[in-house]
Amino acid sequence: MGLTVEHLTYQYSIGTPFQKTAVDDVSLTIDDGEIIGVIGHTGSGKSTLIQHLNGLLKPTSGRILLDGQDIFSDKSDLRAVRFQVGLVFQYPEYQLFEETVYQDIAFGPKNMGLDGDELDRRVMEAAHFAGVHDTWLQKSPFELSGGQKRRVAIAGVMAMEPKILILDEPTAGLDPHGRNKILGKIREYHEETKNTVLLVSHSMEDVANFADRVLVMNEGKVFAYDTVENVFRRSEELKAIRLSVPQITNVFHQLAEERYPVPSNVYTVPYAKKKLLELLGKGEQHA
Amino acid sequence: MNEIIQAEHVTFEYRSEEERQLLVLDDVSLSVKKGEFLSVLGHNGSGKSTLAKHFNAILLPKSGKVLVEGMDTTDEERLFDIRQRVGMVFQNPDNQIVATIVEEDVAFALENLGVEPKEIRRRVDQALKDVEMYDFREHAPHQLSGGQKQRVAIAGILAMRPDCIVLDEPTAMLDPKGRREVLKTIRALNREHGTTVVLITHYMDEAVQSDRVVVIDHGKLLLDGTPREIFSQVELLKEVGLDVPQVTELIYELKQEGLDLPDGVLTEDECAGVLRNLLDQIKKGG
Repeated sequence: MGLTVEHLTYQYSIGTPFQKTAVDDVSLTIDDGEIIGVIGHTGSGKSTLIQHLNGLLKPTSGRILLDGQDIFSDKSDLRAVRFQVGLVFQYPEYQLFEETVYQDIAFGPKNMGLDGDELDRRVMEAAHFAGVHDTWLQKSPFELSGGQKRRVAIAGVMAMEPKILILDEPTAGLDPHGRNKILGKIREYHEETKNTVLLVSHSMEDVANFADRVLVMNEGKVFAYDTVENVFRRSEELKAIRLSVPQITNVFHQLAEERYPVPSNVYTVPYAKKKLLELLGKGEQHA
Repeated sequence: MNEIIQAEHVTFEYRSEEERQLLVLDDVSLSVKKGEFLSVLGHNGSGKSTLAKHFNAILLPKSGKVLVEGMDTTDEERLFDIRQRVGMVFQNPDNQIVATIVEEDVAFALENLGVEPKEIRRRVDQALKDVEMYDFREHAPHQLSGGQKQRVAIAGILAMRPDCIVLDEPTAMLDPKGRREVLKTIRALNREHGTTVVLITHYMDEAVQSDRVVVIDHGKLLLDGTPREIFSQVELLKEVGLDVPQVTELIYELKQEGLDLPDGVLTEDECAGVLRNLLDQIKKGG
């Protein structure tokens, strides 16, 4: 059933000169088991939208349905919603506070009322998924490096085993190695648990490599919500709303416009290479 | 004198909690020429930020020495001069802004230096114009985007009229638009004002725009050359945890398949050009 957003509108500072519509009549459905990349420039409403999905913000109008149930209805238990929809904020490493890494990861599931073997299983499994080494578990989180701390913070949310995991720019500020490590771990988590993942990112390359579908936000509205192929095919429009498409997409788009026999929907290096080698293979046969 | 910064056999170490010595910089020698735009690459923990902090005496070498316009950074009497010649901009714009109004923030260092009020006014206005933030001079910093805040931080440094600006991952926390704004500002300062720029970054597309690139790995200077020279070494860069731009990688990968293509393709235009040639050959062959 997944998560459904119906005509969601969110306004700030209503009735003051600063009134602003951050999310404007957004409707969409997030099916179970997908990886969805969420992109949009700063101020596009993407962060405001995702903060509604676990009830951190209450819509000015519209509804959010989790498995058919309005999360803000009287019957709904908002606390339970937050266990089902886990949100990892930007720079989550600044939110660690416990004495040991183990305790920090255990904080969420403990609040759910878990203890004993089940709690231990959850901590160990989440640590494994997020790439937290066993040797760190009894250390203070403050002894770890920035990238390591971030993985601990992600493990803390994974340990609640949310049906939907939302990560707001989990790779911001990391070097390429750290970025690939975290994205690889999130993919592994998705493949093993089949849980839904929403990944908010500024990196079109990461989204192209990683997501099944892409949600593009612009000026509070859904600009596009489609497969990676279909979204990046609209590279000119994406540039017009101040998003940058992958370099390789630009190059292939340009060549296709010049009527070279290349596909215009190329966004990763391996795919570009494959297509070019296919073309070259043909050329050799004809020669 | 042609060099603005000379690092000679610089070694630096931290002491960890278990009292182990961690060698962060291991005999690094590097000089920065006046007016150049130098990028410093390296993965997290490679020592690149530590090196940068030696360039204006925030850190002092354990052995070896650093000279800024001939002044030794260990010479406490010259500390003021050194910091005025070489200014630093850090990663997080929110940690660098101290005042509640943009122009007051830019004036902060000048007031501390005791610069005359009229001169402060002149320099603050000029610095804000240089980073294209003059129209925002009376805004509160919290009303600005990340890219705008970072440009205000740069203006604060510019107002001191430094010869060199060292930027430590200034775009790491910004969105693509903010990144473009900040990079455009940095390039304009370098080209139009002749300010020497040392840019520490994880973004290869930024490094591509500089005159010279150095790669630091495990505290040592691993590579030093033009962007084209550096980005020709795709395997080595990947080994030390760095990326190459997508267009560089594609051409490199095709070369690995035995195609005769040039080394070190850096830009989309160059890549498109190479692919056009390649595709034209097929047509002729076909």
